[in-house]
Amino acid sequence: MALEALRVNRLRSALTMLGVIIGVSAVVILVAIGTGAKDAIEDEISGLGSNIILVVPGQLNFQAAPTQSRLDLSDVNYVRRVVGDPGRVTVSVQSGENVRVGRNEAFVTVVGTDENIPNVFERPLKRGRYLTETDIDTRRRVAVLGSEVSEQLFGDLDPVGRQATIAGVRFRVVGVYEKVGATFGVARDRETHIPVTTAQRLLGVQRVNGIAIGASGPDVIDSLGQKVVDALTTRYPDEKFSAVTQTQLLGTIGTVLGMLTGVLAAIAGISLLVGGVGVSNIMLVSVRERTKEIGLRKALGARQRDVLGQFLIEAVLLTTIGGTIGIALGVGGSLLIEALSPVPASITLWSILLAFGVSAVVGVFFGVAPARRAGRLDPVVALRAE
Amino acid sequence: MTAFEAAGLTRSYQLEGVTVDALRGVDLTIGDGEFAAILGPSGSGKSTLMHLLGCLDRPTSGVLRVGGVDVSTLDDTKLAELRNRMIGFVFQSFHLLARTSALDNVALPLVYRGVARADRRKRARAALEAVGLAHRLDHRPSQMSGGEQQRVAIARALVGDPQVVLADEPTGNLDTRNGDEVMALLERLNADQGVAIVLVTHEPEVADRARRQIHVRDGLIERDVA
Repeated sequence: MALEALRVNRLRSALTMLGVIIGVSAVVILVAIGTGAKDAIEDEISGLGSNIILVVPGQLNFQAAPTQSRLDLSDVNYVRRVVGDPGRVTVSVQSGENVRVGRNEAFVTVVGTDENIPNVFERPLKRGRYLTETDIDTRRRVAVLGSEVSEQLFGDLDPVGRQATIAGVRFRVVGVYEKVGATFGVARDRETHIPVTTAQRLLGVQRVNGIAIGASGPDVIDSLGQKVVDALTTRYPDEKFSAVTQTQLLGTIGTVLGMLTGVLAAIAGISLLVGGVGVSNIMLVSVRERTKEIGLRKALGARQRDVLGQFLIEAVLLTTIGGTIGIALGVGGSLLIEALSPVPASITLWSILLAFGVSAVVGVFFGVAPARRAGRLDPVVALRAE
Repeated sequence: MTAFEAAGLTRSYQLEGVTVDALRGVDLTIGDGEFAAILGPSGSGKSTLMHLLGCLDRPTSGVLRVGGVDVSTLDDTKLAELRNRMIGFVFQSFHLLARTSALDNVALPLVYRGVARADRRKRARAALEAVGLAHRLDHRPSQMSGGEQQRVAIARALVGDPQVVLADEPTGNLDTRNGDEVMALLERLNADQGVAIVLVTHEPEVADRARRQIHVRDGLIERDVA
């Protein structure tokens, strides 16, 4: 019966639905883009490796310069004892340096580190080998290159076994990492890893910049980070230390991107609301047009709730049919955006269900006023209407 | 049993601040199976009386019993149910749903009674056969003549087995031949099925076919001739 009424005014029904269609598809597409962006960044963070804890001196504050490190290699060994599994702890001393091979030159991030890198980070090798314990102990001048560094300095040549000059000192290349991409703007493919001991001598420092720990599982990350920070604070009562986990980074970024998605959804929601107002408007027109019909139905025994129900079902039908079409367009649009543009789009079930639910609710909400008006019509007056 | 029992029935309206007394104290009893005509010039109050009898409206004062039930004790929902059960309406301008088949038009009152679809269609078909329209079940109002449309409306009025059929100028929009046919149909229903017919009209020749004529003037019953 309700479908019949909608079919009678096909163009009008279609135009009314259009508002809902646009609203719903906007919700689905914008949420897909927001979620896609979030997924992409989360992938980047988890691409580092799993269950990583970064221990840094000072307090973590993105608005201030990092605290000058007081940590040295003896502290690293201390942390290794605290963690209980020395292989899960690695270290870094960083500096930007020039690297030269023949006439090729590159400015890279030289990272002094140790043999535990593959235990903590996701850092597969393309050729050669990782740094070894012996490299660290004997301060060998050996280097493992990031994929981009290798390309820039050696081109298509296999660099393993060849010489490179880092900050004026000759090193032998022993390995090349696979391409891993950037994390937070840190181009990890532009890093060159050398033994931490060698790096300290090269840079003339005793300090290390930070310690990274690979926790054995996700459930021990927080407790292990706290344990290490507590141990370091006991050792240096006047200092502050922070443990940064991926969960924290994900949490912060997730919150920001979640908000962004929410804002996008809200904007799209407004267009859905406008669509709802259109439905309300058309339903009012429809009630007016069909006043006589309502009067007749009442004379034949339709109760207030029968008439109300009839118009409400019509409104909900309008919005849910519109909603379904909108979801189809939204999903199609998201797939198209994903395929044709660099913007990541990830369709989520919740946005589809939400959009559909909202369009049904919009139908009820904006249908109620016209439907009540219809239900309350005085049959005598309604029958007389022209 | 009486179909209608009215005592001291009044109905006044507020029209732009002025009180208009459409009915000013009507006493009227219409028994089961009667065939009565309500006559009167326009503005006499006959339409108001018909609306009250049809439970489409409520009296300002006085008592109205429909099928023995005092309508003042019923809320809107109960009143709608009473209409559905007790009264069949036939209107001057037919009031059929335009894009709906004759069968579905006739079945409409049963929808509001909660009758199952198959049963509705069976009873609607029987009602259409009773008014001689077995061959028009799937026709829409626009595909039928005025006389046929009014017969569909009569079938709709009858489908729920009402006690009374209230017909408001049922021949007003029809030519003489079709008007005669519709009147003959109403007479036959009254005679064969014992359903009471209350006819509102201003045409004396139509009213003459009823066994009782109730003349209304200035909101009062002027004459009641059996």
